[in-house]
Amino acid sequence: MSGTIIITGNHAVSYGAWSSRVRFVAAYPITPQTTIVEMLSDFVNTGKMKAEFMTVESEHSAAAAVMGAESTGVRSFTATSSHGLLYMSEVVHWIARSRLPVVMVVVNRAIAPPWSIWTELLDTMTHRDAGWIQVYVSNNQEAYDMVIQSYRLSEMKRVSMPTMICMDGFILSHTFAPVTVHTPEETDEFLPSYSPLWKIDPENPFSLGNMATPDYYYEFSYLMHEAHENAKKLFNNVDKEFERFSGRSHGGKVHGYMLDDSESVILAMGTLSEEVMVAIDNLRKRGEKVGALKVRLFRPFPAEEISKALEDKEFALILDRSLSYGYEGQLATETKAALHTSGIETPVINMITGLGGRDVTYKEIEKFHGLAKKKVSSEKGPFKPIFIQLKR
Amino acid sequence: MSKLKTIKEYPLIPASKPSEGAAGRTGLWRTFRPVVNLDKCIGCRLCWFYCPDNAITISGDGKVEINYDWCKGCLICFHECPVKAIDRVVEEFG
Repeated sequence: MSGTIIITGNHAVSYGAWSSRVRFVAAYPITPQTTIVEMLSDFVNTGKMKAEFMTVESEHSAAAAVMGAESTGVRSFTATSSHGLLYMSEVVHWIARSRLPVVMVVVNRAIAPPWSIWTELLDTMTHRDAGWIQVYVSNNQEAYDMVIQSYRLSEMKRVSMPTMICMDGFILSHTFAPVTVHTPEETDEFLPSYSPLWKIDPENPFSLGNMATPDYYYEFSYLMHEAHENAKKLFNNVDKEFERFSGRSHGGKVHGYMLDDSESVILAMGTLSEEVMVAIDNLRKRGEKVGALKVRLFRPFPAEEISKALEDKEFALILDRSLSYGYEGQLATETKAALHTSGIETPVINMITGLGGRDVTYKEIEKFHGLAKKKVSSEKGPFKPIFIQLKR
Repeated sequence: MSKLKTIKEYPLIPASKPSEGAAGRTGLWRTFRPVVNLDKCIGCRLCWFYCPDNAITISGDGKVEINYDWCKGCLICFHECPVKAIDRVVEEFG
């Protein structure tokens, strides 16, 4: 029987793996991810979950073990954060280039030095181009739901690509909220058993990762791109099917909030986008016609949906909790490129916020919007990123 | 050169079936050729064990044979042989 329980974001993920009938977990602890695999270890130990739980000596090994297990046709899972993901990096690429539909949760955490355990998106942004589908979630229920949905999408034959579910450290990972959880038996209705596109088979031996000369390599990269294009087409279908199954939709690739009559739009990802929605409610009370766009899917990038949402708006304010040094926030760069491709000239103001877990409150966001509005009406641009929370 | 002419012919993953000499006749890479002196050979199999290319086989009567189609001439067998029963000869391909 499905039921609603009050759990942390991390435990929501653990339950997501349980509901998805994950059969292999490789784990190495790292804050703030640790409690995900801790609970999975408990599930396996008590027999609640019939899976192999492998403790490894590093994150590189965790990713390698997951790659090996998935290669044998077994639904596999791991989770990590920050330096753990960076250490995995080589295998992160290997998994995608092997077209293995692994699902991994990355609890976003800033990178050292200086040492930090608080949230920032740079760890997953650094892996934007690794070939993984990237989803950014903003509440515990969404974290749980996306584990199940990600296996569904990743394992589709036309996709066959891994998914990285990204969630803010502590703000989600260690915060309790009600989450509706389905048993594996119930979840079977939405998520069929894993039927791999390929698997290691002693009866039919082959080797993977052989040398490909320049004459061969190019096409394999194109096939990965094609898989992402397919994932982009199928993402909203999976969301709709999940809604039929559970009654819950998170809006698909992007989730718009009060967009229809809005004159300006605030874009954000992860928990920041929920804070933005609170700010929108307050700004609306003061007569400001503002809307929000929560970008849920970052790879493949929903350029068309974002362009459509920003068309004919006076300006867009993009809040990035991550920075590409020497340029700007990654969501701003991607959004501006999308607008250019569609020939849309909506001015974009990028504000760098929340680095290293600095708090970003709805009251601040209301002020940010006012400042952006003033800037757009008084200056012509080009607009450089604004380090709005810098102590000056 | 390419056997795959269009994207439609490509497999989804870069996998290949194991086959002898998929990368061509690597024996042509040799500078030195290891040659077994069977009079000295004690049949210890160390050369067979160490050969990184599986180019050494031991026949039923314990005789060492080197397959020169795939031996790259690394000379690990020459180095490992405890009784110096393997000589190295400069290769001269015709």
